[in-house]
Amino acid sequence: MSAELQALSDHIASSLGEVIEDRAIAYDELTLVARTEEIVRVVSFLRDDPQCRFVCFIDICGADYPAREKRFDVVYHFLAPHHNRRIRVKVQTDEVTPVPSLIDLFPAANWFERETYDMYGVLFSGHPDLRRLLTDYGFEGHPLRKDFPMTGYVEVRYDDGQGRVVYEPVKLNQEFRNFDFLSPWEGTDYVLPGDEKAKA
Amino acid sequence: MGLITDNQSTLVAPAPRGIIDPNTGKPVGSNDPYFVSINDELSDKGFLVTSTEDLITWARTGSLMWMTFGLACCAVEMMQMSMPRYDVERFGFAPRASPRQSDVMIVAGTLTNKMAPALRKVYDQMPEPRYVISMGSCANGGGYYHYSYSVVRGCDRIVPVDIYVPGCPPTAEALLYGVLLLQKKIRRTGTIER
Repeated sequence: MSAELQALSDHIASSLGEVIEDRAIAYDELTLVARTEEIVRVVSFLRDDPQCRFVCFIDICGADYPAREKRFDVVYHFLAPHHNRRIRVKVQTDEVTPVPSLIDLFPAANWFERETYDMYGVLFSGHPDLRRLLTDYGFEGHPLRKDFPMTGYVEVRYDDGQGRVVYEPVKLNQEFRNFDFLSPWEGTDYVLPGDEKAKA
Repeated sequence: MGLITDNQSTLVAPAPRGIIDPNTGKPVGSNDPYFVSINDELSDKGFLVTSTEDLITWARTGSLMWMTFGLACCAVEMMQMSMPRYDVERFGFAPRASPRQSDVMIVAGTLTNKMAPALRKVYDQMPEPRYVISMGSCANGGGYYHYSYSVVRGCDRIVPVDIYVPGCPPTAEALLYGVLLLQKKIRRTGTIER
């Protein structure tokens, strides 16, 4: 399995050259890091090359690393049903640099790119209809960014006088609780195994 | 085995015998004083006397049409409640797909900010008298999503709620008990607009 993936990885790297900035195999999964402006070329190669045939579009998702200069990862997942093989392609971007849209290659990318824009504020160039997908009408901010407060900015309530649902600034009747089970008096700074990067 | 019948007579299912109380040998409830007195009065005079208020609240509790407002996993338990095992229709509590013809709204699941105006609009379409059952932690007070940026912290911020059913999700029995409590509430505080 791993040798096959290594061969595939070498084949892609030698065919595409400089465009693949990094590649890694971990847990029997192949991950490529591509140059952002060349993502369309990379994905069309992965789709059309007879040794790749990643014709099934699975998902686009994002990841936010606030400490990085290019803070967002946009992660693409593909499946090759002919070879029963999956691949992950990552590109990096920031709040203002658009990522080329994949709609011309995969129409399924339409709503996934809208969702990524909605949740992270990543822009996609060449997208015909880059609106919010999941959040409320008139929602402000991008909720999956690390600097977005979990409780958001507004809450809703029905106003009897106006006869409609109104938006108001968030007012929590019960403060958010950070549970500390170790000591009831002072907060401790212990790190759960596997959770080391939560504070970073 | 009943497959070969005597062809002289028609095949007829035996009449149901009802539930026999082993202590008395008579059907259960045959000596209930309330039913016995009603039976006596009816056979004696041929009619019953009651107040219109009792009659109207009785009619209301016996034909509550509930509107299906399933928002999340609670909706599955709501379906269970209406399916044959718990069979809420025996209490006259029947599903109705249109808000304009229903009396009760069961808010079953997480109410999000985006859904809130739609929920209120649907509630406003229901005719009076109308009741709301808030089902599950999310509808009661936000529940698991209380601190979320997109969830209403309790559907009572949007519509007035009559019965809160706790649980995550509540079992079908719990919701059924909530329905019975709603009927009790209607019997106790039933008001008639004149």
